[in-house]
Amino acid sequence: MKTLAELAAIKERMKDKVAIREGNASTRIVVGMATCGIAAGARPVLSTFVEEINREGLFDKVTVTQTGCIGICQYEPVVEVHSAGNEKVTYVKMTAEKAKRVIAEHIKGGKIVTEYTIGKA
Amino acid sequence: MKELSLNILDITMNSVKAGAKNISITLTETNKTLAIIIEDDGCGMTKEQLVRLSDPFFTTRTTRKVGLGIPFYRLAAEQTGGYVEVTSVSENDNPRNHGTVVTALFYTNSIDFTPLGDIISTVITLIQGSPNIDFYFSHTLINQHITLSTKEMRQTLGDDVPLDSYDVLDWIKEYLNEQYNFR
Repeated sequence: MKTLAELAAIKERMKDKVAIREGNASTRIVVGMATCGIAAGARPVLSTFVEEINREGLFDKVTVTQTGCIGICQYEPVVEVHSAGNEKVTYVKMTAEKAKRVIAEHIKGGKIVTEYTIGKA
Repeated sequence: MKELSLNILDITMNSVKAGAKNISITLTETNKTLAIIIEDDGCGMTKEQLVRLSDPFFTTRTTRKVGLGIPFYRLAAEQTGGYVEVTSVSENDNPRNHGTVVTALFYTNSIDFTPLGDIISTVITLIQGSPNIDFYFSHTLINQHITLSTKEMRQTLGDDVPLDSYDVLDWIKEYLNEQYNFR
């Protein structure tokens, strides 16, 4: 059984990591989580980004945050990628599968997945 | 919404936006009903806002003129024969004791009852999005009682480990999963 005591072990493990985490993130992935986003399937999109960022060991470079309605509800789930020195990229009609490709090709590989961007929708 | 847990996520986002420090989500099931109470200590609403709450053309959002969160939730409850009731005390009326309570009752034996779905994902999404808010989650089933308190977690984790750390989110997922699967 999972116990609260296990959190003490996580705390111990995280001791050194926390300092690195703060301030160093150069990329921010923002998922729209208003009524429109949630109804269109944003919850699994968000959790896929969170899981993949961790799996790929990118947590000190990339943060995943939530926002309200971006204003283009017909394109939800909408995901914005903000990275230092680059223009914002807006991905639309996202799914968990598309999120995986964005992580692999854009976040890791530096190549925007053009076919999922708002310009192509 | 395909799952009630998505409505719960959506309605609780209002508590987050209201600047709540504490949010509790309490689910209580009997063999015929599911009661969901979402309670926060956020800024609350004035009487005028409360009256207009079910009007889809009333919203606090600035990006467009339609707000469907409460209307969706009310529809999901009423189509089972249940209801949604909102009480609120605005910060301006009572600076010391303010906040909102959204109470919903669903008849689970109704053919139009929307299944609860992945409530664990809803809890994790909320904590991931607002790691500084204290969430209390409780789900009482007929012979099971599931709880999670971030306040309790923080007592062990201290202030240095944010609740949105992946290891912590993963622990929450397993902790809740085990409680649901325990017989």
